[in-house]
Amino acid sequence: MNRNARRGYTSGASLFVMYVLTVLALIPLALVLWFTASKGLPSVLHPEFFTNVERPVGIPGAGIAHAIVGTGILVGIASLMAIPIGVLTGVYLAEYGYTRWAGWVRLASDVLVGTPSIAVGLFAYALVVAPLRHFSGISGSIALAILMLPIVIRTTEGAVSLIPSGLRESGLALGLPRWRVSMQLILPAAVPGVITGALLAVARASGETAPLLFTAFGNHLFSIDPSQPLQALPLTVYHDALAPYKSLQDQAWGAALVLVVMVLIINLLSRWVLRRQIRLAGQL
Amino acid sequence: MAGAIGPIVIPAPSSPPDRFRTLTAVVASVAPILLVVIVVILFQQAGPAVSKFGLGFLTGTDWNPVKETFGALPAIFGTISTSFVALVIAVPVGVAVAVVLAEQGQQGIRALLGTGIELLAAIPSVVYGIWALYVLAPWSYQHIEIPISDRFGFINYLTHPAVRGLFNAALVLAVMILPTLTAVSRDVIRAVPRGLRENAIALGATWWETTWRVILPAARPGIFGAVILALGRALGETIAVTMVIGNRYEIPPTIFSPAYTIASVIANEFTEATGTLYPAALIELGLVLILVTLTVNLFALLLVRSAQSRIAV
Repeated sequence: MNRNARRGYTSGASLFVMYVLTVLALIPLALVLWFTASKGLPSVLHPEFFTNVERPVGIPGAGIAHAIVGTGILVGIASLMAIPIGVLTGVYLAEYGYTRWAGWVRLASDVLVGTPSIAVGLFAYALVVAPLRHFSGISGSIALAILMLPIVIRTTEGAVSLIPSGLRESGLALGLPRWRVSMQLILPAAVPGVITGALLAVARASGETAPLLFTAFGNHLFSIDPSQPLQALPLTVYHDALAPYKSLQDQAWGAALVLVVMVLIINLLSRWVLRRQIRLAGQL
Repeated sequence: MAGAIGPIVIPAPSSPPDRFRTLTAVVASVAPILLVVIVVILFQQAGPAVSKFGLGFLTGTDWNPVKETFGALPAIFGTISTSFVALVIAVPVGVAVAVVLAEQGQQGIRALLGTGIELLAAIPSVVYGIWALYVLAPWSYQHIEIPISDRFGFINYLTHPAVRGLFNAALVLAVMILPTLTAVSRDVIRAVPRGLRENAIALGATWWETTWRVILPAARPGIFGAVILALGRALGETIAVTMVIGNRYEIPPTIFSPAYTIASVIANEFTEATGTLYPAALIELGLVLILVTLTVNLFALLLVRSAQSRIAV
């Protein structure tokens, strides 16, 4: 075999191997989705799964209504804290990104993305739970908000910087003050991008378990009071999956299915909104 | 000397102070302040343990809440070794996927694969945990661990297969860090100037030679950054690891043995920790974890940034 033919074969073979590895990388996604769907479906098919709360092992008709509502409350309060701060910070980074302070803020939010969520949970515990001497939904929300913040910041910054500077310049040329240009001209044009960031942050927060273990703590009963312990979907999955009873394990798979479907829908939705944003920015 | 006319000075229009800038700058300081406050509060809460054990905390191997002796070494060892094994598994796959995503195939297929990888990142860690516990770990025990220990049993480190242990935890971790690794490496590879590739092809290099000898070397610092970033994620990952690592507080004798990580010790024990020293020791573990991940992340960010700006120039 001559040298050039061998080079060609090597190249073809290595390309083939890389494709094989790519497919290999996607196998876990398929497997996770398949097993969650097939093992979770039997639980989810009972309507009382969505309307009832936990029951003692052996009594049929248990559900996860309290966990779904709890996750909604925890993530809702966290969003109220993280999204306004995150959006304003993102606007600051996009509008005054050249300042030195903006550099520090950007670095801090990039580092914050990688902060271990369990450590954030410890922080919320030390900040809220320990002084008040009891677990509460609000402390869980604070932990989740810290994890959401950097996601909102960076996506808002990205969305605002996508807006052509002509829009900003025409606003300023008309004599509008800076804050009007930013908040009433640029930000509205970037709304789909901001929504993308908020959705991604909500998806991330909905799936977090570690920061809730010793903040929201979990609750076997139905509760909507954020000053008391609240149940959350990931906590249900975590505790029930490790339980020695088949019925609880089935319930864990059901809750996992609900969680995955929720998170994937939010994610795909955010993608769709983002695509609109890019098209919109192109038209400006 | 008369007639020297000074420059005509036009007074600058007095512009009002930019209050909007001040306001947003104040709001924006939440992120950096939070980072500092988190570290400070954890340090303060860990106080009793820090002052009692000093640096010996990091090297002690005993974790005994009854006798109130706490040493972090087994947890630190478990954290580092699971992350390391996960990187060994994930890096070759991740870089290969990044190369494919960056330049191969049609736009449509590439976008589809890219979406798939990103969805992999969206799946909550607890779902990976339940999947690993009931599907991956038993499978890996049967089809990876037992065959390896049968064939290579003469190496002590490859014996004693177990369903819940260090190796299986690393396996889930590998799956979980793959999206980070792939996405960052893909962006770095894309940032390699077209000219480099075109020159190599014009010189008669094959696809493989172009990729291996031109593209990847040019992207190496950035890919290294991506690996470090993924390492940061792996070090801090809690729930999925806690569910499959076996939770045994010792330095594992073999790669398959049950072990413990910093994050999973905290997750398992913190709500049960009573007294002052026990919770403080757990918080000190958290402090060690957050300081290590902060350093690792900072290092990775600087690497990725400098790599991207250098390539762009």
